[in-house]
Amino acid sequence: MNFDLSDEQVLLREAARDAFSRVRTVEAARDALEGGELPDLWPTAQTAGWTGLLIDDAHGGAGLGAIDAMLVLAEAGRVLASVPLLGHLPATALLNADGSDSELLGKIASGELRAAYVAARPGDDVDPAWTVEPRTGKRREPAPAVTRGEDGLATVNGTVAWVPDAVGADVLVVVGVEAGRPVAVAFGPGADGVSVEAATGVYDATRPLGHVTLDGACGRPLDASEEDLRRAWFLAHTLIAAESLGAVEECLVRSVAYAKERYTFGRAIGSYQAVKHALTEVLRRQENTRSLLYYAGWAYADKPDEFAAAASAARSAGGAALDFAAREVISVHGGIGATWEHDAPLFFRRAQLSRRLLGGTGDAVDRLAGELLASAA
Amino acid sequence: MDLNDSPEQAAYRTEVRAWLEQNASQAPSTRGRGDEEGAVAAHRAWQRKLAEGGYVGVTWPAEHGGQGKGPLHQVVINQEIARAGVPGILDAIGVGMLGPTIIAHGSDEQKQRYLAPMLHGDEIWCQLFSEPAAGSDLAGIQSRAKKQDDGSWRLSGQKVWTTNAHFASYGLLLARTDPDAHKHKGLTMFIVPMDAEGVTIRPLRQISGEPEFNEVFFDDVRLDPGSEVGAVNGGWGTALTTLMFERLTIGAGSEGMGYRADRFAKAIASDPTAAKDPEVRARFGELATELLALRFTGYRLLTAISRGQIPGPEAGMGKITAVNGAIAAGDLIADVLGPEALDPASEWSYLISFLPGLKSAGGTEEILRNTVGERVLGLPPEPRLDKGIPFSELRAKERQEVSA
Repeated sequence: MNFDLSDEQVLLREAARDAFSRVRTVEAARDALEGGELPDLWPTAQTAGWTGLLIDDAHGGAGLGAIDAMLVLAEAGRVLASVPLLGHLPATALLNADGSDSELLGKIASGELRAAYVAARPGDDVDPAWTVEPRTGKRREPAPAVTRGEDGLATVNGTVAWVPDAVGADVLVVVGVEAGRPVAVAFGPGADGVSVEAATGVYDATRPLGHVTLDGACGRPLDASEEDLRRAWFLAHTLIAAESLGAVEECLVRSVAYAKERYTFGRAIGSYQAVKHALTEVLRRQENTRSLLYYAGWAYADKPDEFAAAASAARSAGGAALDFAAREVISVHGGIGATWEHDAPLFFRRAQLSRRLLGGTGDAVDRLAGELLASAA
Repeated sequence: MDLNDSPEQAAYRTEVRAWLEQNASQAPSTRGRGDEEGAVAAHRAWQRKLAEGGYVGVTWPAEHGGQGKGPLHQVVINQEIARAGVPGILDAIGVGMLGPTIIAHGSDEQKQRYLAPMLHGDEIWCQLFSEPAAGSDLAGIQSRAKKQDDGSWRLSGQKVWTTNAHFASYGLLLARTDPDAHKHKGLTMFIVPMDAEGVTIRPLRQISGEPEFNEVFFDDVRLDPGSEVGAVNGGWGTALTTLMFERLTIGAGSEGMGYRADRFAKAIASDPTAAKDPEVRARFGELATELLALRFTGYRLLTAISRGQIPGPEAGMGKITAVNGAIAAGDLIADVLGPEALDPASEWSYLISFLPGLKSAGGTEEILRNTVGERVLGLPPEPRLDKGIPFSELRAKERQEVSA
């Protein structure tokens, strides 16, 4: 039994923390809300080797696992760094599963090309259909329709809204449905029939989102199994949860520091039980999220049957933890915590938008229930 | 990240499993409710059987009848016992917490006299710490032991929440021996024979109607010279040792506690309508998140224990997660099954009745959060009015405030 990070993983985490500390990412997050340009962290990701983290050594990647990816994303989340790995990494997992285009994989592993995952949600015990994010409302849209030509290429029609990191990506990996079966299709730079519209009015400016339209778009179907496509969806969940964990940790550090130095009625506000208990609750949720991320990372590698449940639990815990922590860091700081100049609202913005992406945390909660109930029935 | 055994643990697991397969037929069924005396005898015999196999007190040093092994061996035993569906030892409190306290602080005579019968279940022990007016604030106990000229002690007072007291041979008891010292300074730990004159044990029935605990009264009970464990007026340090072993014992069993998401899933999945109901799923998904987090936090804790670390106050958060997660589960299952879930014959009825009390056991949720906030997050303590004054003055002040 060793349910802890390895020495290499600790080093990976420290290196990521160090790399992000060189850029003023939190200030950039505020400036970006008023049209400021975000720092380009792609070269940082390339240098560190994160771009090829989930690609096999044979194709020029690092051949690491989900837990390693989570550690990097947690450090990005801690400082609200805008680095397009949430879109890139699940796409690389699918391209790697296909494994047939070593040249392309090499370029993606090195970061010369950037990929984005255009997700479809796997069906569940209530509805087997694969669906994608709608532009608005509760009703999910059917996944893009895929037909295969005699040349072996796939033609794809459909739209997917709110896709992380799709804008400016060189390669899109779209999950669609062909004759009731899910299939992934890769589109290279400038593919005909593919258009990506940058979403406007994005509440968290560090999170570029795009609406993807496929109009008779012709791409290469990947040799990836239905199981691979399911794993990609849940991998994306764990990455969002990992980002949330980093942000929760930062919120807690800032809350505790202020609770020690701010005095009312002759004593530090952190000595009041009401404040202390709320911050303990942040810690409890933080550690629960960490345990569930470890579970998800372990399941990804060693217990694939449980990965859907583990990733959903991590997303559920992480989303709720960040919402709680972001509200708490504002409350502890009093009125100042809700002002534009303060950093707390940036974490709050991150919490609110993240919880609504890729099916939303509510969907992860439902998925966890579905997985557990189905295996208990 | 690896939940598998090391080769050594795997070999040990094989050994334990084989032993259990061979001997499980001699194990009593679950704790009987009807024939209490018969059940206790059967559980006593089962502990003796386990002890003869070398599976009781494995972390105790060999000179005291243990195996001198690490806590992960205890974890393997706990897991295998759960897997075999047989009960654990009857005197988990004695073997897990009180025996180790005697090993750490007791005299050679005490170790010679008490440890072997404890290990074999011949003499059951109980923990006499909490009082009606001192639980989370344990150092506020008022049971009083006075030293006599012949070196013996006279003990008076009341203890409460005492598991197993009604069939225990001995108790480890914390008493105040110097009321004029500061609160934490005037305490001493004693070994008390439960059949001594002046000891009265009353069952304390809980919400379910079952007597889970006892209250124990001491009316001028004589304790032999040499009954104290550790230094006179050094009882707080001795008590902290017991509480440390309590965290270790709970930590080593932390993955279970019986509050597992899959157990509750079965009950809900038995009703196909409920299993598809969005509200039921939302509630179940939320509580399953908590209970899965509990289980995997347990594995992190076990990893730390296997490296020789003693669980710190942060382990208390596991109890908060467990209790609240299980309360939510019981509530949901009662909503799904309806009044039938509350029938005394239902396992859910017992669970639902048991949990409100568990919330305060081993420290209330509020005090656990204080401790975690102060010792893990480093937040400043609440202002305290009990520091730096003799206990007797403190009590007088409290009484005055109440009557004012």
